[in-house]
Amino acid sequence: MKSKATFKTLLVASVMALGVSQVALAQDTVKIGSVLSVTGPSSFLGEPEDKTLRLYVDKINAAGGVNGKKLELVIYDDGGDANKARTFATRLVEDDEVIAMVGGTTTGSTMAMIPVFEDAKVPFISLAGAIEVIDPVRKFVFKTPHTDKMACEKIFEDLKKRNLTKIGLVSGTDGFGASMRAQCVKVAPTYGMQIIADENYGPRDSDMTAQLTKIKNTAGVQAVVNPGFGQGPAIVTRNYAQLGMNNIPFYQSHGVASKSFIDLAGAAAEGVRLPAAALLVGDKLPESDPQKKVVTEYKQAYESATKQPVSTFGGHAYDGLFILVEAMKRANSTESQKIRDEIEKTKGFVGTGGIVNMSATDHLGLDLSAFRMLEIKGGDWNLVASGS
Amino acid sequence: MGALLNQRFLTLAVLAVVIAVLPFVFPSSYYFRVASLVWVSALAAIGLNILMGQAGQVSLGHAAFFGIGAYAVAIGPTHLGIPPWAALLIGAALSAVLAYLVGRPILRLKGHYLAIATLGLGVLVALVISTESGWTGGPDGMPVERLTLFGWRVSGSYTWYWVTGALLLVGTWIALNLDETPTGRAFRALHDSEVAAQVVGVDVARFKLQAFVIAAVYASIAGSALAFMNGFINPDQAGFLHSVELVTIVVLGGLGSVVGSIVGAVVLVTLPQALTMFHEYEHLLLGLIIVVSMIFMRNGIVPSLSGLFLRRARS
Amino acid sequence: MAEFLQFLISGLTVGAVYALVALGFTLIYNASGVVNFAQGEFVMLGGMVTVFASAAGVPLVLAAFIAVVVAVVIGLLLHRLAIEPARGASAVTLIIITIGASILFRGIAAIIFDKQFHKLPGFTGETPIDILGAAVQPQSFWVLGGAAVVVVALYVFLEHTLLGKAVLATAANRLAARLVGINTTTIMALAFGGSAAIGAIAGILVTPITLTSYDVGTLLALKGFAAAMLGGMGNPVGAVVGGLLLGLLEAFGAGYLSSTYKDAFAFLVILIVLFVAPQGLFGRRVVERV
Repeated sequence: MKSKATFKTLLVASVMALGVSQVALAQDTVKIGSVLSVTGPSSFLGEPEDKTLRLYVDKINAAGGVNGKKLELVIYDDGGDANKARTFATRLVEDDEVIAMVGGTTTGSTMAMIPVFEDAKVPFISLAGAIEVIDPVRKFVFKTPHTDKMACEKIFEDLKKRNLTKIGLVSGTDGFGASMRAQCVKVAPTYGMQIIADENYGPRDSDMTAQLTKIKNTAGVQAVVNPGFGQGPAIVTRNYAQLGMNNIPFYQSHGVASKSFIDLAGAAAEGVRLPAAALLVGDKLPESDPQKKVVTEYKQAYESATKQPVSTFGGHAYDGLFILVEAMKRANSTESQKIRDEIEKTKGFVGTGGIVNMSATDHLGLDLSAFRMLEIKGGDWNLVASGS
Repeated sequence: MGALLNQRFLTLAVLAVVIAVLPFVFPSSYYFRVASLVWVSALAAIGLNILMGQAGQVSLGHAAFFGIGAYAVAIGPTHLGIPPWAALLIGAALSAVLAYLVGRPILRLKGHYLAIATLGLGVLVALVISTESGWTGGPDGMPVERLTLFGWRVSGSYTWYWVTGALLLVGTWIALNLDETPTGRAFRALHDSEVAAQVVGVDVARFKLQAFVIAAVYASIAGSALAFMNGFINPDQAGFLHSVELVTIVVLGGLGSVVGSIVGAVVLVTLPQALTMFHEYEHLLLGLIIVVSMIFMRNGIVPSLSGLFLRRARS
Repeated sequence: MAEFLQFLISGLTVGAVYALVALGFTLIYNASGVVNFAQGEFVMLGGMVTVFASAAGVPLVLAAFIAVVVAVVIGLLLHRLAIEPARGASAVTLIIITIGASILFRGIAAIIFDKQFHKLPGFTGETPIDILGAAVQPQSFWVLGGAAVVVVALYVFLEHTLLGKAVLATAANRLAARLVGINTTTIMALAFGGSAAIGAIAGILVTPITLTSYDVGTLLALKGFAAAMLGGMGNPVGAVVGGLLLGLLEAFGAGYLSSTYKDAFAFLVILIVLFVAPQGLFGRRVVERV
């Protein structure tokens, strides 16, 4: 019995000591949390996000921090598992006591984490694609990447300009592909699009010629759209060229917006169009473009630090971090509630993804103009001149 | 017999005390969350252990039943207006029927055939769940309505700690008792020697089938509990990797040991949380720990360690 | 017809890879009774080492050779450091060891290499060849030819060399093999090395078509295991037939039925085959080792 009492005293003492040391630390640092899919099937998204956050938090701290306080970044890897993400979200809120969160690589893990941050009233800026993250609007949840619905709209806008209305879809069955496919099917009638072929492939499939052959043999297909991310679209693009389908216009999504797509697809990528953020064509933007400065600086910083080509995925993390940092500065506080209010008031923020104007009814703040229609030519991204 | 009864009682008592005492040392509700995850995984593993440890059969698609339980409580209330608690029971019944239908023809075969059949079943269930997005929300998952019992809304890490803890106690109690019923003895005879069991009149196929159905119900209830607790569910929980995780918990803890399954769950659920400090080395270390512990404790943690203590005690 | 041919070749190419993975499963299973779930990681190693060696300026052929050597060394280490020390443990314990090993290998690969996808150039260009209206990547022929060479070489080794016969003897009855003076430990090491080599060759051949990354192994292990079971666990001919059949089922399922449910279709057929022919298509009667 006595030993038990001693144990308890010890425990209380150590907990108090821990608490005291945290208080001491808390005076000059603030904790920002992140849960990313650094490993697992979405690691090509999570890895650049991870590197971007670490890189810029170091930069911010080297420049003196925010409101005189250093940022402490706590990152957990959910491995693409939503249940794990949920646990790490609880850990960030309850154990690490972060004041805000920038993360959530996939829509699946974001959706699993939302209840935790909503309950704890901690702002959560998600890096996931699907529209359901911000629609309906939740008080504490924001996001930076363009929605999959916008990608469909941008593609259909371009198709309409080219007078192409009968399309085939070949979609990945992963979260990204399935969600974007559903959005495309939903908005197609608005743009007068008719989906006459609708095929799917598994996220780890290695040969999509069977699906493409079916689309090829469907009479009247005028263009093909490939909602998907990861290596899938690269294989689809290669098979597309293999089957000699290049005469049918082919659209990828913002899910492939990294140089590695062009590397992987090789010559087959020539002529492929996709909606993407200005970040990919920073060097080709006119000097007058408001995003020019931000995107070239980010590209330069990221590539020199990581020796890897820049992707829009890392860009979303950059945008999320700086929307948060600017909100913290405006709020001049480390109170989650005040920071949330300021994030919602974000106006004219120039990020890598576009110009962000948030409101109480719009927790994304991007419109279709944030997307540029790109075409791959000569192994590089090129802006499609409007009207062509 | 008396000693055995005592040992069973002791196991339950120790588990109950551990569950009751832990809250006093937990500094934040994050710990309650992790502990609840342990209880849920342990519950599924105890069921699987009845199949693996006692009937000697491997299931590589056990997460399918976990998924059915989880999606039953997600789909039932959302789309069909079924009360959550009834959805849990329906999920368990569905799992039992499915296990019966699949198990009946396959369990008459020997060898790894249950493994491949359940693997196929797991792939099918996971595929249906992630494809039929109108019902299941697709690969991104769907929200789950909170469980309401007699007007009491069950939510929060703290509440779920007690609910899952209680479920685990009941599950443990049933599994321990099963050990000593004629069925349990038949199971063990089965594991020792199928031929001998047959000779003394045990209907081998029937008992294997029974074990499979029980294991499916355990997994289904664990799945429902997780879905309620998270308020959200996605197809990963029904996937191949989760099946492998459940098998690993059982073998790591110790085949045929109820306590082993709980210890296995403790290790496999808390280890990734502890390893986060090693960042990119996390997975490497996890793999290494599994390999090394299986080499040095080949019968699983609990049987190997208790064997060691017994030998020490004797000498 | 062109459509049929397109599905056929697509199915055979993917199936050839499954066949090689299944062959790796079979070889190790026969020699040791272990179902090696790290088999997919050998395929990953074959592809990734070749990619990184050739990126470092090593000629492709040499890079491929290095990759096979690396995989073989890893295979031997797996046997020596993980399987051999656990000798006598139950089959399911050994399975968990190989699952742990596969997590370990993936973890190491993620650190040494990276987490990006990579490609290799086609060995003989990438201009599609027209066969009666079907467009075929030249690399498909490399995959099919390479797989055929591996299968024939394995057959010759097993049937016409003393060492090969020792492997077969060990597979048939380990105790009897030991009694007639066969060093079954060496045979097991040989099986792990051989399996690793076959896996690595599959990885090298197929990377120009399917791309590769540190975590391609999991799905291949799952498909390879299914193929091996379909053909009949323990039978090399069954492994090859099972692999090709699985590939064909997926391709024709996607082409003629539903691309969404093609995997379901493949597994349904496997389940039906097992109900009708419980030992798989070419299985031996007694395979129980649990």
